[in-house]
Amino acid sequence: MKKKDVPQDNSKLSTKDMKELCYAVDEKGKYTTTLSTGWEPKSIALSNAIDDIDERIQRAKERVLNNITSPIEYYMELHRMDLPILASYMGMWKWRVKRHFKPSVFKKLSTNVLKKYTAIFDISIAQLQNIEDN
Amino acid sequence: MKIDFKHNQSAHCENGVVSNLLKHNGHDISEPMVFGIGSGLYFVFLPFLKVNYAPVISFRPMPGFIFKRFSKRVNIKIKRYKFRDKKKALLTLETELKNKNPVGLQVGVYNLTYFPDEYRFHFNAHNLVVYGKKEGTYLISDPVMENVTTLTEKELEKVRFAKGAFAPKGHMYYPIHYPEKLDLEKAIKKGIKSTCRDMLAPVPIVGVKGIRRVAKLIRKWPVKLGTKKANHYLGQIVRMQEEIGTGGGGFRFIYGAFLEEASVILNNPKLKELSKEITQIGDLWRDFALDASRLYKNRSSQVDGYNKVADKMAIIADKEENFFKKLKKAI
Repeated sequence: MKKKDVPQDNSKLSTKDMKELCYAVDEKGKYTTTLSTGWEPKSIALSNAIDDIDERIQRAKERVLNNITSPIEYYMELHRMDLPILASYMGMWKWRVKRHFKPSVFKKLSTNVLKKYTAIFDISIAQLQNIEDN
Repeated sequence: MKIDFKHNQSAHCENGVVSNLLKHNGHDISEPMVFGIGSGLYFVFLPFLKVNYAPVISFRPMPGFIFKRFSKRVNIKIKRYKFRDKKKALLTLETELKNKNPVGLQVGVYNLTYFPDEYRFHFNAHNLVVYGKKEGTYLISDPVMENVTTLTEKELEKVRFAKGAFAPKGHMYYPIHYPEKLDLEKAIKKGIKSTCRDMLAPVPIVGVKGIRRVAKLIRKWPVKLGTKKANHYLGQIVRMQEEIGTGGGGFRFIYGAFLEEASVILNNPKLKELSKEITQIGDLWRDFALDASRLYKNRSSQVDGYNKVADKMAIIADKEENFFKKLKKAI
C-alpha cells in the first residue's frame, strides 16, 4: 500500500475522534506510518455485525415480552455477551445460567443471584425484572 | 504521581506496549521489529471454534505469544503477575507506580470507555501501559490511541478483571532485566525462520495450507449456508484481516516494514526485495477485502462473486507459499 493510497473513509472511529495507524510505503519506496480515519470495506463489515447484534437484542426482547425467555437473556444480548461469557462472569456452569433463562426459574431466583446479575449488567433489580423499566 | 513516559501510537497493541516499554528503558526497538522477531505473522483457521457466531480465522498467533517469543529471543526478562484478589492487584500496581515503573496490563476491551461503542466487544487480549495516577484517575498509554488517556479506578478494575476467553486475571508485566547488548541479528533470524516454518507447516488449517482451505470453503458457503450466513462469515474474515491492530492487509505491511529494517541490520539486500514482495501480497489481501465487501454490502447472492473472491484468496496462498520459501532461503 502506498502512503497516498491509505484510505480516509468515514467510519465509527470518528465518534471518539480516533484514527488508526497504518503501515505504508512512501514515494521513495521506504516504509513509514500514517493515520487513517477508516476504510469502507471494514466499516461495512463492522456495521453488518452491529446490525446482527441489534437484531438479536430485538428478538430477545420480544421473547421476554412473550414470556418465552427471562430478561437475563435480553441483557446478555444487550451487553454483546454469549452464554460462555456470561457464565464466566457469574462463576457458574453454563447450564445453570441457561436454566435462569426459563421465566419460571427466573421468578424464583434468590436476591443474591439477582444481585450478581445486576452487578454484571450495571442495572437495578427492578430493571432486571422488567426490561422496559428504565 | 506521574512517570515521564513517552507515548507512541502503534498499529498493534501487543507490539506497541512492548516497544513503548523498551523505549522507556532506553532501547530503541520499533513496533515492526517486535512483531518480526516475535513471529507475529501467522494464519490459522479453526472451524470448530466460533466467535461472534462465525468460525475463527486469525492472522496472528495466540495473544501474548509475540511478546513471549520476542523477550525470549532477545534475552529480556519479564516480571509477570496475575491476581485472584482485586485489591491486591491494585496495591501491586500502585507500588510499581510509586517506584516510577510504568507497567503493561492485559485488559478486556468491552469496558474501555474511550473506545467508540461499535468497537467494544468482549475481547480480552488488549494491552496498555499505566504510567501514573492523578486525582484518582489512572494515566493510560493505549498504543492504538493517538494520545494518552485515563481510566477511573472502577473502570480499571473492570477491564483488568474482564471474564470470558483469555480472561486477563489482572495480568500485569514489565521488563526487569536486559542483556548488556541486545543481539538483534540472531533474534531476527530466529524470528524469520519460525515464521517460515509456521506459514509452510504441513497442517491443513495453518499457514498457506489454511488460506487455501478457506478459499476452497468460500466457494461452498453460499450454497451450503445460505447468503446471509456466507456474508456474515466473509465479513468476519475481513474484520480479522483489517481490524485495528493489523496495520492493514492482515499484518503483511507491518511485516514488510520489519523486513526492510532487518535488511539493513543484517546487511542483506535480499530482504529488502522480499519486503517489496510481501507489500504486493498485502495489496492483494486489500483487494480481496474490497471484493468481499462488495458481496456483503449488497447482500447479493451470486455464487459467481464468491468464486471470484475465492480465486483471489487461492492466488494469495500460492504467492505466499513462494514468498516464504524464498524468505527461508534468504537467511
